[in-house]
Amino acid sequence: MSKTVVKLSSLSKKYLMAFAGLFLVSFLLVHLGINLFILPIAPDHEAIFGEAVHFMTTNPLIKIMEVVLFGGFILHAVLGVILQLQNWKARPVGYAVAQKSKVYSPFSRYMIHTGIIIFIFLAIHFMNFYFVKLGWSVAPEGAHTVNGNHDFYHMALNLFSNPFYSVLYIVLILGLGFHLHHAFQSAFQSLGINHPTYTPVIQAIGTVYTVVVTLGFMSIPLYFLLA
Amino acid sequence: MTKLNAKIPAGPLAAKWTEYKTHQKLVNPANKRKLDVIVVGTGLAGAAAAASFGEMGFKVKVFCIQDSPRRAHSIAAQGGINAAKNYPNDGDSIYRLFYDTIKGGDYRAREANVYRLAEVSNNIIDQCVAQGVPFAREYSGYLDNRSFGGAQVSRTFYARGQTGQQLLLGAYGALSKEIGRGHVELFHRHEMLDLVLIDGRARGIVARNVVTGELERFAAHAVVLATGGYGNVYFLSTNAMNSNGSAAWRAYKRGAFFANPAFVQIHPTCIPVHGDYQSKLTLMSESLRNDGRIWVPKNKEDAEKIRKGQLKPTQIAESDRDYYLERRYPAFGNLVPRDVASRAAKERCDAGFGVGNTGLAVYLDFAESIERLGRSVIEARYGNLFQMYEKIVDENPYETPMMIYPAVHYTMGGLWVDYELQTTIPGLFAAGEANFSDHGANRLGASALMQGLADGYFVLPYTIQNYLADQISVPRFKTDTPEFAEAERNVRNQIDKLLSVKGKQSVDTFHRRLGQIMWDNVGMGRNEAGLRQAITRIQELRAEFWKDVKVAGSATGVNQELEKALRLIDYLELGELMARDALLRNESCGGHFREEFQTEEGEALRDDANYKYVAAWEYQGESEPVKHIEKLDYEFIEVKTRNYKS
Amino acid sequence: MKLTLKIWRQENAKAKGRFETYKLDHISPDCSFLEMLDILNEQLVNDPIQLPVDTIAFDHDCREGICGMCSLYINGRPHGPEQGTTVCQLHMRRFNDGDTITIEPWRAGPFPVIKDLMVDRHAFDKIIQAGGFTSVSTGGVPDANAIPVRKEDADLAMDAAACIGCGACVASCKNASAMLFVAAKVSQLALLPQGKVEARERVHAMVAKMDELGFGNCTNTYACEAECPKNISVENIARMNREYFSASLTKAERKQSSGGVG
Repeated sequence: MSKTVVKLSSLSKKYLMAFAGLFLVSFLLVHLGINLFILPIAPDHEAIFGEAVHFMTTNPLIKIMEVVLFGGFILHAVLGVILQLQNWKARPVGYAVAQKSKVYSPFSRYMIHTGIIIFIFLAIHFMNFYFVKLGWSVAPEGAHTVNGNHDFYHMALNLFSNPFYSVLYIVLILGLGFHLHHAFQSAFQSLGINHPTYTPVIQAIGTVYTVVVTLGFMSIPLYFLLA
Repeated sequence: MTKLNAKIPAGPLAAKWTEYKTHQKLVNPANKRKLDVIVVGTGLAGAAAAASFGEMGFKVKVFCIQDSPRRAHSIAAQGGINAAKNYPNDGDSIYRLFYDTIKGGDYRAREANVYRLAEVSNNIIDQCVAQGVPFAREYSGYLDNRSFGGAQVSRTFYARGQTGQQLLLGAYGALSKEIGRGHVELFHRHEMLDLVLIDGRARGIVARNVVTGELERFAAHAVVLATGGYGNVYFLSTNAMNSNGSAAWRAYKRGAFFANPAFVQIHPTCIPVHGDYQSKLTLMSESLRNDGRIWVPKNKEDAEKIRKGQLKPTQIAESDRDYYLERRYPAFGNLVPRDVASRAAKERCDAGFGVGNTGLAVYLDFAESIERLGRSVIEARYGNLFQMYEKIVDENPYETPMMIYPAVHYTMGGLWVDYELQTTIPGLFAAGEANFSDHGANRLGASALMQGLADGYFVLPYTIQNYLADQISVPRFKTDTPEFAEAERNVRNQIDKLLSVKGKQSVDTFHRRLGQIMWDNVGMGRNEAGLRQAITRIQELRAEFWKDVKVAGSATGVNQELEKALRLIDYLELGELMARDALLRNESCGGHFREEFQTEEGEALRDDANYKYVAAWEYQGESEPVKHIEKLDYEFIEVKTRNYKS
Repeated sequence: MKLTLKIWRQENAKAKGRFETYKLDHISPDCSFLEMLDILNEQLVNDPIQLPVDTIAFDHDCREGICGMCSLYINGRPHGPEQGTTVCQLHMRRFNDGDTITIEPWRAGPFPVIKDLMVDRHAFDKIIQAGGFTSVSTGGVPDANAIPVRKEDADLAMDAAACIGCGACVASCKNASAMLFVAAKVSQLALLPQGKVEARERVHAMVAKMDELGFGNCTNTYACEAECPKNISVENIARMNREYFSASLTKAERKQSSGGVG
């Protein structure tokens, strides 16, 4: 696959990047929506969380989407690395004075770096949750299997009760936020959507989205740190 | 005298070009592939010609000194391009465009050529639109026109203030298409340094690859020079830094006649020189004179204080200002023609009334217009020009008067060509500003672009066939002939000689000194004593140059000092010829103003009885050049005196 | 003004380069940046001891901001600190007395250094040769007013056509991408009915050439727009993305009919 991907024109790669990225962006919102129920935001938040997790892990449609999600993620990551390698190659000799040009988002310079942070985050995340689900690793103590379902709620509580984990989580989520701030409007530009009237709206939505997602995910470890 | 045959077709004026095309010889497509053409220069004329030749099927080699054909100085033209489309329905016609151009040139251009220019002007606009040149349009979707100096109709097509750029990029696109298809071969960063003649015909060039420093030989069946004008002989001009007269001059030294070298256009509204480090001058659109009033202080003491920075122009009382154009030319005021405005500014500054830190500037004041029309109107009309001025001078022209001074802008003179644009060397053609043909003694605004593209798209593609039709049996040339070797040796010796002088003064030092001589004596106002003095002084400077020039670097690799030095060699000779031509033209016409020949009111005094001709100079080696004369006969137009009074 | 200049010197394309430091004094603030370099070169030539000294090579021509020849990377920005300005229109009053100014050539794989501050931008010509034109030959075209063009479209086309091909977009891009340059030409011609005829073939040919020449990929950082001396908008890049996308969708259809640009 990677050979065909490399052979794609620079623009085709960008379209795939953007499509995959936007799909991941929408997934994050769903994920956040469920995660927030770890916090006591509703009287029966624990139950709602459990139900949502159950739905996400058993619904056949979601199962199919999961494959698409993984595919999208891998495509996005592989393309990101290929593009970055090509970009480094395009400037074999660098500047002595760092580039000071104005850019839309200061984080746009560091997409590969924040991308790697996200990758690390996901690796940890998978070890903690997804592998447990697959049965590749053992659930930590205190997280029981209820009715044949994994108790992700207590797994999460367990992890967030460790302040080191919470702090690490916050740092990694910040990386995700920086990535998203540039990514959101960038995806639209890559797909050719740029208009003097609508682009500022897209950029504003992008910023709101970034802040909501970042603060949303961060609120959970923060709650446990402060509580 | 019999040497000059303009080869003007017989018949009535309007039928000449059709007549020519009907009876000219053509080359069939199979034979075109066997014929090589060299085009030197990629401005409007060169790029258009090379692209057209490529489309026709000739094998073309095109040369430019910059890194890309798109950099040629045609790109800097701002105003627009004339054509006799008569879209605004205001009474324009081919004849009227022809008439205005002849009259604007002060009756020193060839009728048949100018009529053809007007005739093909319409095709140029069609061609450029088809290429995707984004000309200004009205809300109807149709093309917009504006008016320009020297005409009573609106016939100027434009693309914002970047018409030259857009036209050049159109021609560059056409050229790129032919390069991509393999019909044209591009040699960028190559500078032509000699012309190669075989059996009296132009058969190739020697060019220096400015990246490697190597001299390279190129052969062809015909050579086209589209290398622009020689305004940089003055050191300071509105020309680009790399614009030069060397290709034309070296062709002259190989036997091509040089016509009317004294005809130089000096543009009145340029940003003045601001220091001795100045490298070039920037033009401000002439349209500014519609709303600006030109003045200098009435008292020398005030002018002196301004020069020293002790007084600001806004502090000079209305009664202490001398609106000298309004005073001297009450009928036309600030809108007198370019040459008159330029000379009047020089006169005031020479008399000690000039402003700016150098004393070589006059004010162009918008205060009254801003008061009368409001700042927003002025901003809408000239906003971008004011911005450019502020960027360069760091003064706000809305608050303090602009400073302007005349500068060398365009050279009407150039290689002598006949109706076919062929020089006196068979097989050597010249197009655009490099030839002398269409503008007489003065060029009208928006006509340079027209001429360049006319020559390249619509004249040369026909006339060159008439020449090449006889060449189909001539096989491709090899470059190892003695003629090529001699030309290369010639250039190599020159380079070696330059590098071996090892003197004390830099190339630019000499160029500045030459420029000063030219500006003082062969500039806006010329007289016999000054011109004689200029000839002597240039000869002395030339001798000094060869004894004391210091050219840094070596002959290999990039050496910009060497490039400048090679061009300066030619300027040091060309300048003398310009002075000589000016000295022998005992009349004032267009851009050539001889102080001895003026009316009591200071108007140019033309002498049609004795000087209604083209002066074409023939190189004679170390001896003085010989002047040939091509009489100008006006069959279809009545020769009148230009009148700016009423 | 007193200045310290750190300038990249490199004998030729193959040589190893290095920074040299030069001191300049008595520079007028009204002097343009290139005139300041002229003065430095003059100073190098007039150095009474050395010969042959080599002057600092840099590209320049019209010196009025339109030819696109000048190309200096000054203190981390192409064409220096002033927005919407080429180096030739940059004046020393934008700097302070005593400043140290670092001058580098454009850096990009497809723009190899020729000497000192001079780079080879022939890659841009090659992209245009791949399709940056309408395939019309001289003669045989309809009257200029035969095809009306919406004024808005003509104006947008002109905005894009204002590109001077200087390469600041590539120089400023962290990826050395040429997207703004290519997009400006694609946009100009796609907006006009004259150029629409072969818009699909054009965009494919030009992008393929751009990729082949080794320019980087666009990651939408928009440094190009910020540094473009002609303020060309990244909206043109979006337009090219659209053009390319729709051209790709109809690719199969086109394969049957051969020909196209080139």
